[in-house]
Amino acid sequence: MKATAPILSCEKVTVAFDGFKAVNGMDLRLMPGELRFLIGPNGAGKTTMLDVICGKVKPASGTLRFKGDIDISRKKEYQIAELGIGRKFQAPSIFAGLTVYENLELAMSQNRSVLATLRARLSKEDRLKISRQLDMIGLAHRSELLAGGLSHGEKQWLEIGMMLMQEPMLLLLDEPVAGMTDTETEKTGELLREITKRQTVVVVEHDMEFVRSYATTVTVMHEGRLLKEGTMQEVQEDDIVSEVYLGHGRDARAVG
Amino acid sequence: MAAVEVPLRRKIWMTAMYGCAVAALLCAPMFLSDFRLNLLAKFLAFAIVAIGLDLIWGYTGILSLGHGVFFGLGAYCMAMYLKLEATGGKLPDFMSWSGLSEMPWFWKPFNYALVAIPAGIVLPMALAFVLGFFTFRNRIRGVYFTILTQALVIIATTLFVGQQQYTGGTNGITGYQTIFGFPLKEQSTKVVLYWVTVAVLIGVFLLCRWLVNSRSGRVLRAVRDAENRARFIGYDPASYQLFVFSVSAGLAGLAGMLFVLHVGIISPTTMGIVPSIEIVLWVALGGRGTLIGAALGAIAVNAAKSGLSEAFPDSWLFFMGALFVIVVVFMPKGIIGLVQQLSARIKRRLEKHEGNSSYSVLREGDRGV
Repeated sequence: MKATAPILSCEKVTVAFDGFKAVNGMDLRLMPGELRFLIGPNGAGKTTMLDVICGKVKPASGTLRFKGDIDISRKKEYQIAELGIGRKFQAPSIFAGLTVYENLELAMSQNRSVLATLRARLSKEDRLKISRQLDMIGLAHRSELLAGGLSHGEKQWLEIGMMLMQEPMLLLLDEPVAGMTDTETEKTGELLREITKRQTVVVVEHDMEFVRSYATTVTVMHEGRLLKEGTMQEVQEDDIVSEVYLGHGRDARAVG
Repeated sequence: MAAVEVPLRRKIWMTAMYGCAVAALLCAPMFLSDFRLNLLAKFLAFAIVAIGLDLIWGYTGILSLGHGVFFGLGAYCMAMYLKLEATGGKLPDFMSWSGLSEMPWFWKPFNYALVAIPAGIVLPMALAFVLGFFTFRNRIRGVYFTILTQALVIIATTLFVGQQQYTGGTNGITGYQTIFGFPLKEQSTKVVLYWVTVAVLIGVFLLCRWLVNSRSGRVLRAVRDAENRARFIGYDPASYQLFVFSVSAGLAGLAGMLFVLHVGIISPTTMGIVPSIEIVLWVALGGRGTLIGAALGAIAVNAAKSGLSEAFPDSWLFFMGALFVIVVVFMPKGIIGLVQQLSARIKRRLEKHEGNSSYSVLREGDRGV
């Protein structure tokens, strides 16, 4: 079954902070099952773009449609999360006072109202799901440890695992390999490949080595708008892109 | 339930200790003088507020300095009922002194215990719900929330002092005779009321234990540790905060009702700023984030307070102050934290001899909250 409709389509999205346009008429279209890398110089608006998609900031104008016809531009974060968009922030953010196992338990897709969680019990199926996830992120031997005691890399994996427990259709990752050792970075790359078998993933990344190894399609942002989209090779050979990265990008074309 | 392996030996120990504590509480009337029993009953009522405050502060990370108000509201509900029972449904004395000739409409329902007793829990919950609705929804948190609860205390006490004709003003409401026809001064009534308090405390403890061990309880701790993460996973932190704040206020109201039964008076001073902060101190001293710690803290601080004030009538406040400083500096996790530290140390030493290792030591050691 080949789905041809985009899972997410953003058109002319603009985000303004006190008049400064962090994102300025950005277009982004994602197909199901894609692993998309979002790159660009500092301040290009990559993280803000993820913020808009997950509802952390509201766009001043533009449309964001999820799964074809759901308008997510005015929805609250938790509503967007329920629709199936998971967001991983740059710094690992996990529940330090709970065990690794409990972190995954809470992340599991479920009815999240107070009354439902008061009565919730772990079914056999739930346990299976959690232990599979533990295996996938390689933390099975750590399951009873408080998450606050994990290493930086392990925390990142736990958080990715938590995102996956929600069975999102779209996963947004902000610099997942920042601060990781080489072996950890490699493991994370493999994890991403594994994930895209089932989900669509957007990764904001600065580590070009990492992008080169794993990217299929790359979107380059500059000054809040789309600069170039294509394979890593196409992007690298593009004159404007290298100009922007070399630092004399503030010319008439980009400001437009 | 998450599969947190509690070693069997520890489980047996805990059960035995809780069993002893319950037995000691139930037998206390046989050993304590009437005066001491009455004091203990009052402390147990305080333990109930402390457990309630621990739910929101220790488990959810929201500091409320307004629990005196919820405690007071519950206490006033009970006091109004007792007062009307004493006057036989006629106009209470302080009202006629203040120039009222007819019973205010909102006093009338308090003729009935079936209204007054639920009201003592429901009214504080409703107030907490309204306050929480406007604060948590708008993501007012941390210090700002704490200041707001402090403001609530000032508003409430000012209102209760000012509306003398309805509330008895600074003197509060007192002069009760009977409850359900039993004289309050009678020793047998007092013992029964003590047992009621013990039963309520045990019930509240079990209820809260169930709550914090449920998945909801884990969500509360998750919201405390990383509110945004919880939000992006799809939980609505505001509804959890609202829920726990209301439950906590309801427990404070319940404690207030029991307090009035044992002490025989409620006045605005009891719901003021100082008592509100004292509740926080009990929890901090006992060990926040553990239910038993909150309860023990309330009992220990109040026992120390009355013990020291009897032994050193002039200088007991200095001792109290020193006690607080010592606890804050040397026992940041309170009495329970100290016990855990000691037991972990003993365990490590034992393990050195036996040569096996256990996760639970790691768990305690890692609690970096």
